[in-house]
Amino acid sequence: MSLTTIAPDGTSPSPGTTDARASRRAERRFGIAQRRNLTGWVFLIPAALLIAVMNFWPMFQAFLLSMQTGRGTRLKWADPLWYNYQRLFSDEIFKLTVQNTFIYLIIQVPIMLVVAMVLANLLNDPRLKFKGLWRTAIFLPCAVGLVSYSLVFRTMFATDGIVNDTLQAIGLVDSPVNWLGQPNTARFVIIVGLLWRWTGYNMVFYLAALQNLDRSTFEAARIDGAGPFKTFWYVTVPQLRPMILLTAIMSTNGTIQLFDESWNLTQGGPAYSTMTMSHYLYELSFQKNPNFGYAAALSYAILIMVAVLAAIQMKVGDKRD
Amino acid sequence: MTRRLRRVPGYLFLSVAALASVFPLYFMVVSATNTSQDVLASRLLPGANLVANFTALVASQDVASAMWYSAVNAVATTVLALVVCSIAGYGFEVFHSRGKDNLMGVLLLAMMIPFAATMIPLFQMFATFKLVNSTFAVILPAIATPFLVLLFRQASRGFPHEIIEAARIDGLSELSIFGRIFLPTMRSTYAAAAVITFMAAWNNFLWPKVILVNNAYQTMPMLISNIRAGYVTDYGVLMLAVLLASLPAMLVFLILQRSFAEGITGAIK
Repeated sequence: MSLTTIAPDGTSPSPGTTDARASRRAERRFGIAQRRNLTGWVFLIPAALLIAVMNFWPMFQAFLLSMQTGRGTRLKWADPLWYNYQRLFSDEIFKLTVQNTFIYLIIQVPIMLVVAMVLANLLNDPRLKFKGLWRTAIFLPCAVGLVSYSLVFRTMFATDGIVNDTLQAIGLVDSPVNWLGQPNTARFVIIVGLLWRWTGYNMVFYLAALQNLDRSTFEAARIDGAGPFKTFWYVTVPQLRPMILLTAIMSTNGTIQLFDESWNLTQGGPAYSTMTMSHYLYELSFQKNPNFGYAAALSYAILIMVAVLAAIQMKVGDKRD
Repeated sequence: MTRRLRRVPGYLFLSVAALASVFPLYFMVVSATNTSQDVLASRLLPGANLVANFTALVASQDVASAMWYSAVNAVATTVLALVVCSIAGYGFEVFHSRGKDNLMGVLLLAMMIPFAATMIPLFQMFATFKLVNSTFAVILPAIATPFLVLLFRQASRGFPHEIIEAARIDGLSELSIFGRIFLPTMRSTYAAAAVITFMAAWNNFLWPKVILVNNAYQTMPMLISNIRAGYVTDYGVLMLAVLLASLPAMLVFLILQRSFAEGITGAIK
């Protein structure tokens, strides 16, 4: 389960059989040990350099950029330096995109994780038939690109599309619903899309974790007379806590950065009511009059939200009872 | 009998979930063979309009070029990412030292950096070197990811050190131990990494959209997104384009599915 130990304590000690042997013959092999250490550095330098230049360096640059103003490439230092951040607080569109993103986050992530957990438990039942079939079917949406599924959902939820046809046929609505033309129904479609695309993905993580659990704990619970729900709640869930934490952080992280769905499914509309923060960032950076400084400040707002939410989740998820 | 009855809700739930998961894909495939009117009339049977849709699609869009650019990006990214990240993960684990462990901790922090926070400076950086619209600029940021390095580091943990020691005694160089012994034994980890990287690269939308300013270099996700932006949408043609854009990544996934599951399970043990 070491995948769950993400930063900041992502380094766990590893078995060092080579170390033990090396120290036993320390004098004779000192040169070799040193050369091996160097070889190790050579092996990992390309990846480390790329990650530094493609992630950390631009992140630092974005911070500098967030304190500059001006259109296009004519940038100068802002006065005061935090001017762009100040402007964010009075930007109604930004506030709306934050609100939209959090609506998706608060409604979609909990539903998705609970459904994924239930599905994983059902699939982990050794007596279940057609296991491979269920698993493949439920994981299949993850093989589809985000743009692709957004466009399929856009077609299905078109005013004269199949969803309205079905609802009318079974008499749930009298006239077609303008799904993508109203703020709340459009948000609903995005949430449905996200659930469709990501539930199976999270299920696979839970399933892998469940398969690594010791079956004897379930046996013990059964002998003690615990029903399936009690066993699930008191035996399975606590043991899966690290994996729940990992999936919660991944999903939060992903939801805060949503772009493809907002762009392709609803185009952010109607009137910004489904636009995500990343979509607004793109609009500020590459459409109309590019404003890199202000966009960089917005990108730092996203960065801070990701960091704060991850920290809160680690705090809550790590508590021992 | 009651025991069996108790299992009915479980099967019911699985059936609903499986059906809901597969239906939009079925809808996509079937709609690709139907006319726009049939799609809107919710026809759920295969139609006879596949060829007409295809002719209309290639007449209005340069599908071949988009497919080519998508393929080049995805294959180059996957090959380079596998080489760079696996050798790094191996280096971190097999030659581990305090300094390397600390560096790994720092690199993992990059997983938490949202792409939004690096996108604009990355664009500026490539613009400075006149690399806007280049394949190089599309793939370079996707080659080294902390996730892949971590995946290979975890996988190296289960690789027996005795084998490495034995190979050293036999006089193999460190690089050939990696290339000739580690690489072939870790096939399922490589398969998992390949699936993840290929699918991410093939389907990536935001970064290619940012850096490929000229539509002549557009990838498949960009192409289908631009069809959507047109005034009149022919849903049959659109669904065929979406199908073509999804097919390669789905095939890679389905072919490598088994090794993918093995590789992932091995890594999180």
